[in-house]
Amino acid sequence: MNVTLSDTITLSVQLFALFNVAALAAVSLVWLERRFLGRLQGRPGPNRVGPLGLLQPIADAIKLMSKEDVAPGSSQRLLFYAAPILVFVPAFVVWLTFPLARDVVVRNMDMGLFFFVAISVLSIVGLVLAGWSSNSKYAILGGFRAAAQLVSYEIPIITMILIIGMLSDSLDFVKVVDAQATIPFIAVVPLAFVIFLIAGLAEVGRTPFDIYFAESEVVGGPFVEYSGAHWAIFFLAEYVNTFVIGILGALLFLGGWRWPFGADLPQVASVALLMGKAYFIVLIIFWIRGTYPRMRIDQLMAMAWKWLIPLSFVLFLAAAFQLKFEWPWWVLTILSLVILVVPVIVQSRKQRNPALELAARYAANAIVVQAKPRPAPAVEDAPVVTPAAEGTSV
Amino acid sequence: MTTESQFETVDMMLNMGPQHPATHGVFRMVLKVDGEKVIDVIPHIGYLHRGTERLAEVETYGQVITLFDRVDYIANLNNELAFVRAGEQIMEVEAPERAQYIRVILAELNRVASHLLFIGTYAIDLGAMTPVMYGFRERERIQNLFEHVTGARMMHNYMRIGGVKADVPDDFVPWVRQLIGEVRKGVEECDKLLSTNEVFLGRTRGVGVIDGPTAISCGLTGPSLRGSGVAYDVRKDDPYEIYPYLNYKVPVGENGDCWDRYYLRMLECYESLSMIEQCLDQFPEGPIMAAGRRIARPPAGEVFSHSENPRGDLGVYLVSDGTDKPYRVKIRPPSFCNLVGLATMTRGSYIADAVAILGSLDIVLGEVDR
Repeated sequence: MNVTLSDTITLSVQLFALFNVAALAAVSLVWLERRFLGRLQGRPGPNRVGPLGLLQPIADAIKLMSKEDVAPGSSQRLLFYAAPILVFVPAFVVWLTFPLARDVVVRNMDMGLFFFVAISVLSIVGLVLAGWSSNSKYAILGGFRAAAQLVSYEIPIITMILIIGMLSDSLDFVKVVDAQATIPFIAVVPLAFVIFLIAGLAEVGRTPFDIYFAESEVVGGPFVEYSGAHWAIFFLAEYVNTFVIGILGALLFLGGWRWPFGADLPQVASVALLMGKAYFIVLIIFWIRGTYPRMRIDQLMAMAWKWLIPLSFVLFLAAAFQLKFEWPWWVLTILSLVILVVPVIVQSRKQRNPALELAARYAANAIVVQAKPRPAPAVEDAPVVTPAAEGTSV
Repeated sequence: MTTESQFETVDMMLNMGPQHPATHGVFRMVLKVDGEKVIDVIPHIGYLHRGTERLAEVETYGQVITLFDRVDYIANLNNELAFVRAGEQIMEVEAPERAQYIRVILAELNRVASHLLFIGTYAIDLGAMTPVMYGFRERERIQNLFEHVTGARMMHNYMRIGGVKADVPDDFVPWVRQLIGEVRKGVEECDKLLSTNEVFLGRTRGVGVIDGPTAISCGLTGPSLRGSGVAYDVRKDDPYEIYPYLNYKVPVGENGDCWDRYYLRMLECYESLSMIEQCLDQFPEGPIMAAGRRIARPPAGEVFSHSENPRGDLGVYLVSDGTDKPYRVKIRPPSFCNLVGLATMTRGSYIADAVAILGSLDIVLGEVDR
């Protein structure tokens, strides 16, 4: 294969454009998250820098870049500075294969889904390395937490991606989207979307799974010793990863740029449709962040190994049977819905919202203190000073 | 084949604080951890020691009130009330009825404000960031009223031995009535958002359990004790001011876990608001200050008086030698005594639980260290 100069230049331009798109997406998320959370919490959010506070992320970036970059004296300097890059690079490299519309892609690969999985797991190394090389107890705790959490939640994500690959008969993103021209995969396997979203939240460490950098416990976890530009790189990677979950959800489950219109729209409209879907998923992620507290590490692992992984295997087998015996597609939908709804029904039959009942019981069990009748005001002249004289007394 | 027990392993000591986001000030605890499990916890206090008790000995009775504002800086008015009552006992004066009503209304409002702060910060400890905004919004309304009545948002210096500094403004009653409605809505919002949240229940139910007898022997008071099912409330068991003339409920927990301690505070907010409503219904006219000398020299002697603070039983032991300054002021701070239960509750839990347990005790370091 001959690589010509023009190929190289084209690729460079594409990579540069891609880098900017990803960075811009991340920066837009920073702004969106702060404004959206502000709205949820009854406050305006940043609104001073630029119109609607749109320039706030830029102001933040300038602040972070101009800060002193401190490394602990006892840290492994080389690994300490390599770790942010190891987290950052995979977060961007996965974008190589994401088609934002038909032909709007740097390199469309037949193994696109596989490429995503293979690259995205690399960032775990960076987190563990950051934790270890900082030579800080909080950092190492966070690093271990990150390793346990991310490795566990890779499995359901990969299984979901496999299911999509089976259903669309391809690991090529464009073909996956084409397979959803009429029916998006969220209608075929709703359960898979739910598992994907939960595991995706855990994968990027968003609430309620922000355990490895929990501020109130391990004070930033692997990032605790980083400052300035190196911390900014972690921060950027986190938001890029969040957006990756949004894009991936839109491509794999919400029909990418095709559903609900079926035929291809003009390229700009296609990109807008896909982005709209991605931002929708991201907003769900922010909404969850505004609602839920953080889980504990053992609850998180139990959720992965006791619920998500068995469920994803069941779904995987079901998808395999459906394809093998050529059952109609809604068989999987019904199975998914049954698995999603049955626990809710069982739980509600067993006890009607136990927590509300508990709360009501506590309110009912309170010890009542009855008021005594108030004695009539004393008639005899009580010692009285006028309000004017009382100012400085005693 | 070697097993793990044959290796000589060293447990990690994890230092939390005094600079840590979840220690509510400058509390420091050293956790002895085995992986994520906490084996032991060693609390260190004293980073906020300001010598309040010693300072009180060189100031006149009236000036000591300002020191009490700063002991528990979340519930200033409750603290003022505690000292003022001790002073009234030793000087043998009684505040007029109207003054007592004003004090109780303000103290209960301050209790709600303090609990709202607790609910917000506790949610932050557990990783939820929205309740703190709701809590602070309502607390802000309460502080606006305080500013209107006392002239200060936090360090009020409003109560006096024998009454209060100044009468309430004319719009006090309608203002408070409106405030109660707003705050009740805000508390309900927090309640709905947090109390029965599945993740929140998972983090707090069965965490940091302490049974009633142990809680008593550790000296816990306030919601931390009532969470363990012991119905001890100074307002009920040793009534003071005009509390006997009010209908109220003392919520009591069942399990003594973090959720109980949290939820009792939530219920107490509702109770306090209803108590304030009753006070407003009964609000009498009249003087606000008992007759007294300008410079008070109480007879030599000693008194102990205690009252129910948001955090528990605040005791003030006052010794007078007949001069215009107290000979000794000893404070029994509920936060400090509640901390005694920390190690018992925390042993054997996870690091994340240690944060949840410390938060559920609702300590204020100003009061722990004095």
